[in-house]
Amino acid sequence: MIARDRVSKLTANLILAAIGVLFVLPLLWVLFASVNRTAGLRVELPTSPTFENFRAVLNTDTTYRPVLNGIVLCGGAALLTMVCAVLAAYPLSRFKTKFNRPFLLTVLFCTGLPITAVMVPVYGLFVQLNLVDTLGGTIMFMATASLPFAIWLTKTFMDGVPISLEEAAWVDGAGNMQALYRIVLPLMWPGIAVVLIFTFIGMWGNFFVPFMLLLSPERLPASVSIFTFFGQYGEPNYGQLAAYSLIYTFPVLVLYLLLSRKLGGAFTMGGAIKG
Amino acid sequence: MLPLAPAIGLMLVFLAGPILYCIYAAFTNMALTGTGAANVQFVGLDNFRKAFGSSAFTNSIWLTLVFTLLSAIIGQNTLGLGLALLMRRSSKLIRNFVGTAVIGAWVLPEVVAAYLLSAFFNDEGTLNVILHKVGLPGQDWLYAAPIIAVSLANIWRGTAFSMLVYSAALSEVPKEIEESAEMDGAAGYKRLVFVTLPMISRAIFTNLMLITLQTLSVFGLIYAMTRGGPGTKSQTLPLYMYEQAFSFSQIGYGTAIALVMLLIGAVFSLIYLRGLNQEAA
Repeated sequence: MIARDRVSKLTANLILAAIGVLFVLPLLWVLFASVNRTAGLRVELPTSPTFENFRAVLNTDTTYRPVLNGIVLCGGAALLTMVCAVLAAYPLSRFKTKFNRPFLLTVLFCTGLPITAVMVPVYGLFVQLNLVDTLGGTIMFMATASLPFAIWLTKTFMDGVPISLEEAAWVDGAGNMQALYRIVLPLMWPGIAVVLIFTFIGMWGNFFVPFMLLLSPERLPASVSIFTFFGQYGEPNYGQLAAYSLIYTFPVLVLYLLLSRKLGGAFTMGGAIKG
Repeated sequence: MLPLAPAIGLMLVFLAGPILYCIYAAFTNMALTGTGAANVQFVGLDNFRKAFGSSAFTNSIWLTLVFTLLSAIIGQNTLGLGLALLMRRSSKLIRNFVGTAVIGAWVLPEVVAAYLLSAFFNDEGTLNVILHKVGLPGQDWLYAAPIIAVSLANIWRGTAFSMLVYSAALSEVPKEIEESAEMDGAAGYKRLVFVTLPMISRAIFTNLMLITLQTLSVFGLIYAMTRGGPGTKSQTLPLYMYEQAFSFSQIGYGTAIALVMLLIGAVFSLIYLRGLNQEAA
């Protein structure tokens, strides 16, 4: 029995390690290539590591402005999503009305709709409303696209805050918004952080929406401007592309680590989705 | 109900609005240039007739099915479940290593993931180096088998989600039940098929629906890797829609395809909702 257990544990470890290596190989490429001045397409240890590639891409046009655009775009949209989601989740979580169930079902239904499919009509709508190539319009659309999921998650987290504390506050004469702001939000800040960070990470990686709705190079976020590496100059500089990819990935990596260390993020998410 | 107003307002304007607009435009000859630009006319079901009669459209439907089946239903789902199961009996070191690698691939922005895998599958890339080492012939995978390459890319990028869902689900299966099944002589795969899997059936269902919906609308990954090519060999429905609507400026026809995609998504979404409801009841 014990011998069999040991064999099965060994097999499990071996299979897992093999899969892990397959997942790591492409990641190793970007790490090695970023410090290799003559990087090619295969994983190879750089003979003389250099920060030349990073120095080459760290300028306003290539890195600073697209990253800043990305922060404005995704940060603005994530905040807008969060404010709307909290406001919407509060009555849904606290007051039982006939309206709740159909609304929540609609929200859940919307989380399933392929946003990609909506993009052509959205572009049409943006042309009519004169919103093409504006940061404001793009922020509002990105916020809307992630709103259904954010409302759903926020409501799930809010349901976990006991209502008795608010009832006490109501008795003391606090209004609903006051109770939400002073009692519910402080109690559910980990949930808020999870929703906010996940919304931001999703937006930061989103390519299609800004690609369609923004046109001027000076407004493009990092997810779209990465295409300029494949410009008219033929073979791109893979080392610089790798360095830029790392810089662009860095913020979401930090946020993700924050999430999983401090808040047990991934598993909370898994639990909430499994829901 | 006042606090709901901002959310409802945004969703009406930027979600319901486009969908209604889509339903309208799909039945017109709207275009960015030419006759359809100056004078938009109703053309009835012409766009749909044109689509279902066009080989490029049916090609993209097939490719979307292959892509979804290979990368989501078979790839991400099975691999994610396998990883979650294996991780329960592996040593902590290996578990952390694999978990970090798989989640690392998931956290990367879509376009970055696409570049990493383009490099991996390239003629001079890492995959061919490995294949040569073990004596197998290499090739430019993005050229020879583009739909397979982008499917593998989507597995690489998306498996973490299934893995997390299944890890969470498996952690809630009581150990005693599996142990008693083992006592009764249900070994290995039997215990898995008859005891463990039925207990997480709800997670399996939810996961399948969600990853199918995500995979149906993958655009950036394929666009950055192959642009739908060579030719139209990896042109799934979203890429075909994009090409028709913007490269060829036919908004009416593009929205008709968008409507088809929305309907497919809506059907899956409804099945998912029904499933959730029945489980709850």
